[in-house]
Amino acid sequence: MGTESTPPDRKAYWPEVIRLTLTLLAIWFLVSFGAGILFREFLDQFHIGGAPLGFWFAQNGSIYVFVALIFYYCAAMNRLEKKYRIEG
Amino acid sequence: MDWTLIWVFGTFSLYIGIAIWARAGSTNDFYVAGHGVHPVVNGMATAADWMSAASFLSMAGLIAGMGYGGSVYLMGWTGGYVLLALLLAPFLREFGKFTVPDFVGDRYYSGTARIVAVICALFVSFTYIAGQMSGVGIAFSRFLGVDFNTGIFFGMAIVFVYAVLGGMKGVTYTQVAQYVVLIFAYTVPAIFISLMLTENPVPQLGFLSNLKGDDIPMLQRLDQTVRDLGFTGYLSSTKSNFDIFCITAALMFGTAGLPHVIIRFFTVPRASDARLSAGWALVFIALLYTVAPAIGAFSRINIISSVNETTYVPPANYEGMSTIVSDAGESPSPAWFANWETTGLVAFDDKNGDGQMQIRGPAAPDGLENEVTISNDIYVLANPEIAQLPEWVIGLVVAGGLAAALSTAAGLLMVISSAISHDLCRRTFFKGMTDKTELRVARGAAAAAVIAAGFMGIYSQQLAFVAQVVAFAFGLAAASLFPVILLGIFWKRMNREGAIASMLTGLIPTFAYIWHFKIGAGKAATAEDWFLGVSPEGIGFVFMIAALVVGVAVSLVTKPPPQDIQDLVEDIRVPGTRTSHGIADSGMAPVD
Repeated sequence: MGTESTPPDRKAYWPEVIRLTLTLLAIWFLVSFGAGILFREFLDQFHIGGAPLGFWFAQNGSIYVFVALIFYYCAAMNRLEKKYRIEG
Repeated sequence: MDWTLIWVFGTFSLYIGIAIWARAGSTNDFYVAGHGVHPVVNGMATAADWMSAASFLSMAGLIAGMGYGGSVYLMGWTGGYVLLALLLAPFLREFGKFTVPDFVGDRYYSGTARIVAVICALFVSFTYIAGQMSGVGIAFSRFLGVDFNTGIFFGMAIVFVYAVLGGMKGVTYTQVAQYVVLIFAYTVPAIFISLMLTENPVPQLGFLSNLKGDDIPMLQRLDQTVRDLGFTGYLSSTKSNFDIFCITAALMFGTAGLPHVIIRFFTVPRASDARLSAGWALVFIALLYTVAPAIGAFSRINIISSVNETTYVPPANYEGMSTIVSDAGESPSPAWFANWETTGLVAFDDKNGDGQMQIRGPAAPDGLENEVTISNDIYVLANPEIAQLPEWVIGLVVAGGLAAALSTAAGLLMVISSAISHDLCRRTFFKGMTDKTELRVARGAAAAAVIAAGFMGIYSQQLAFVAQVVAFAFGLAAASLFPVILLGIFWKRMNREGAIASMLTGLIPTFAYIWHFKIGAGKAATAEDWFLGVSPEGIGFVFMIAALVVGVAVSLVTKPPPQDIQDLVEDIRVPGTRTSHGIADSGMAPVD
């Protein structure tokens, strides 16, 4: 209590941001270009409700994941900024 | 007709009321709404800014016609927001200026780079805005019985009031109202149509269900039905996977590079609000975009089952004639078809003279010709009638289409007017301009831009590039603006020479390719003639990659950027650390 721990070196902040960004972009790529286009034919053998899975990802599923990705990014960035005592 | 009038004038008065309430007092108000917009409010305004007349009226119909191939629009026009949130919006907000050319010009310490960015922004925005204005003209002429040009004049007058008076501030709050109007107008008929066909009130779930009383899923039934009529199956596409990949990518990166979308994120107080705001924008956009494929599929099935093989009844004396047809034991064509026939959005041509309406695809097994043409816009417009909703809902849909067109037009106007008053006047030609003069010039530029946009709408039939907005606006934004902004933030070593080379590498070949295949000599060309098999809609992605490579290569063989610039890049990466840096900010201090 009372003694504040020293914030970690800010130099490490940017590499952490980059790592987070690349991870989320990998998911972004996989659900749209991956599931919706490149692996669609394979995924279409599975179904979600009455829709072939690949088709569903292309027309609905990828959009839901996009929304989730941005909100996860916001939460993760807020955590990072707190860790490095950055006040945006 | 009366309900349409009530809705249109009701919503228009609301927009004017907001404009009077939200007047701009400074350039900070006029360009970025004083940096005081709440992230959720900005998200809603961004959604309205983003969803144009085409998203609202035509997209569901495009998907209905293309089936799986329509997915390029769904993924392409939403996936770009992930790029905006993660790669651009928070950093550009931290940069703290007014326009996209501000960033390009200051980050690359070059008036030339600024001018090239202004040219890109203006071309993209004018192409886009002409389509919105002609959409307004069409809505007025078809539903309110006034002349096309008078309709555009009404649209111009209304945008003039809130864009010129309120600038970004007025535009932001009217866009919020316009979002509410358009989302209500879009989803209410969709819910009813989903209930009617699948007994599920949620269109996104109805999309996955069986039709009422059917034992196979709706999508499978639809796929079967269109194949039997000789169309490409609903679950497949005639385009190559590679082309679908490129088009989706061009639309995504183009979305992220569109100036009128980017500047919306300058209006929030902080960098963290900018990324949150992108999330909310996508939530509000997704409300429409996840419903669109359901509307497309439902309406395609509905239109085929209610029109195909019925006895044609002309609009004149529909009531009497349809009773005669029914009494003769035949099924008459539906009333909505007759109603919309007078607008020219649907048409029947009895090629085999049997009086029956045949819908057929290019490979019809019975060899009959298609006799029914249906405009893409009808899928959304006729929905309330097909679902037998009360007449006031139809008026609401018209008001929703106008809201979508006007909100997008206003956002584009802000880009055009700030490019002239800020980037060209204050930052390039008259550097000593006071804030007060600049505000006056900004209003004047907005007024001139409204008039120019109106004329482009009136002459849109003669301006061939206007119809190719998807290819031009997104292709050019992806290939010319996105790479330099991205590298400007994520690669400190990127310099002026690299930026100019990169923008030109993206701009010139993309423009030439689209022009050649859409308007010029190659108009009749087939897919075999395309470079790498990529259609003009997807070529922006190919040249975007080229622009990134050229930008990096040219930067590496020329001098690194000055220290001031490298310090600036450090600052914008870390929220709350932005300070002024010599040459980077000598023309204009960053605004907090």
